[in-house]
Amino acid sequence: MQFRISVGGLCALFVVCATGWLVGCSRPTSSPGEGPGTSGVLSPGIIQVKGSDTVVNLGQAWAEAFSQRTGTQVAVTGGGSGTGIAALINGTCDIAESSRKMEPDEYELAKKNGVDPREFTVALDGIAVVVHPSNPVEKLTLEQLSDIFTGKIRSWKELGGFDSQIVILSREVNSGTHVYLKEHVLCRGNKECDAEFAESALLMPSSQSIAEEVAQNPKAIGYYGMGYISPKQKSVAVAESSEGPFAKPTIEDVVSGKYSISRPLLFYTNGEASGAVKQYIDFVLSEEGQKIVSEQDFVPAPPGKPSEAS
Amino acid sequence: MHQRSRFDSVREFIVEKTVLLSGLASIVFVLLIFVFLLKEGLRTFGIVSLEDFLLGRKWYPISSPPKFGILPLIGGTLAVTVGATLLSVPFGIASAFYIAEVAGPRMKEMLKTGIELLAAIPSVVIGFLGMVIVAPFIGDLFDLPTGQTALSGAVMLSLMAMPTIVSIAEDAITAIPGKYREAALALGATRWEYICRIAVRAAAPGIVAAVMLGIGRVIGETMAVMMITGNSAQIPHSLLQPVRTMTATIAAEMGETVPGGDHYAALFAIGLVLFVITFFVNLVADVFLHKDRGTVQ
Repeated sequence: MQFRISVGGLCALFVVCATGWLVGCSRPTSSPGEGPGTSGVLSPGIIQVKGSDTVVNLGQAWAEAFSQRTGTQVAVTGGGSGTGIAALINGTCDIAESSRKMEPDEYELAKKNGVDPREFTVALDGIAVVVHPSNPVEKLTLEQLSDIFTGKIRSWKELGGFDSQIVILSREVNSGTHVYLKEHVLCRGNKECDAEFAESALLMPSSQSIAEEVAQNPKAIGYYGMGYISPKQKSVAVAESSEGPFAKPTIEDVVSGKYSISRPLLFYTNGEASGAVKQYIDFVLSEEGQKIVSEQDFVPAPPGKPSEAS
Repeated sequence: MHQRSRFDSVREFIVEKTVLLSGLASIVFVLLIFVFLLKEGLRTFGIVSLEDFLLGRKWYPISSPPKFGILPLIGGTLAVTVGATLLSVPFGIASAFYIAEVAGPRMKEMLKTGIELLAAIPSVVIGFLGMVIVAPFIGDLFDLPTGQTALSGAVMLSLMAMPTIVSIAEDAITAIPGKYREAALALGATRWEYICRIAVRAAAPGIVAAVMLGIGRVIGETMAVMMITGNSAQIPHSLLQPVRTMTATIAAEMGETVPGGDHYAALFAIGLVLFVITFFVNLVADVFLHKDRGTVQ
């Protein structure tokens, strides 16, 4: 008797597994057939948003406000700008949040996959360079920052700080902030330059982990979007050259351009946004959406000019 | 009557084939995984030579041109693995002997349950504890610039290797025929002499297998090492430096890559190298396990 039951169970299990497998297999082949640019969302009722860790908290705040107003769920995940863009190209998210512009080869790949990325500037962000509050170093020039992160300057003493090694904290290579810093601080915008983060740089998996390590390590220097600034870290004043003017990452100085390490935060959609996705983006760019930007310590997107560009 | 037996034989046939299929499935999956790794990873060697890949000292995958040298990553994996092995093997084997030979029945039950519980802790929890407690502690203890080092990773990973090592080594020791012990004690050996002169030798193949499987566990671990070893791709000169392991590199960077790109292929090639390493580790363990069965019979 027992034997018969177990055989039945085994067969049933097998059948269930097999059908599950077949169904699971057939699903992905049917969805690309819908083609790119068709309206609406990947999964009904939920807008999938993925990408930059810098934007993730802001994205969550938008998502909560939006779903309270409209009842449409928005799922926001981080992981890095590259992760979001890759997800958009692979068709696994509706909106990619990014803290950097898409690369030409990413556009090419998107085209190959039948994805037509559209760009929206949703906010501005200053990148704060942070040290432990007890660190006496108050201000640094871009050149000094470049020398620190490439490992040319190895001791805080050279910068007027304590006599100790500098511990460089960087984000992983999938971070838009990492790429931005490399292009605009390490290379100072020079496309040909081959400066790299020092090999000894610790690559941290998230902005939060940089914040935590800086808060407890007096020898550390790190960077992240200004939304992460807290009293547990000290942001350094930065200037283009030693003559100044040195500026801290505040909303006024980012808007005026006085604080030079800043960038736009972007949304990418596949084709012209429509349906719930369009509604969401309209909300984000509305006065209410931009108020949330200020509340989350980012800088509202410059108004007036058309938000869309490609 | 006749009908029933025919029904039985059909049923027998179906069940037998189903079970056979399930048995073959794991081999088929391993082969498919290997083929997939080869298909995606081998392309890397059209971009960099095998030598530059394995012995290159720089890992800058998103620079232009990218540098795909995994020597620092191999070094990182080695440093963490050797550290974790050095920590977990003596404790693991000693604990196996205690459980198998010394502990009373109640103690034995308690310890075995405890060790199984240790195996059940998710690696992200181990990583979190390491990040919050062990790494800062190690940083303070050795007065290091940062506590996120190979040693922190090794300490946490040794905890994860322990259950594997203890349970397999304990099985091997328990499997030693009782006559060995009886003969030893009859000849006037003390319990200590029996353990360290006879039991160790009789169970040696099983113990080696336990160690190898423990090492396999450590090499493949990802989440915990990613959280506590600092992830800087430099060739380690001591255990007190931040390192980046092969597994952490794949996990941290795979999300960013574009399927089909060079970086993607390079990460699969790292996966291939890992596969080859763990394959050999498991092979050695298997050889010793079979030897073990030989001596016991």
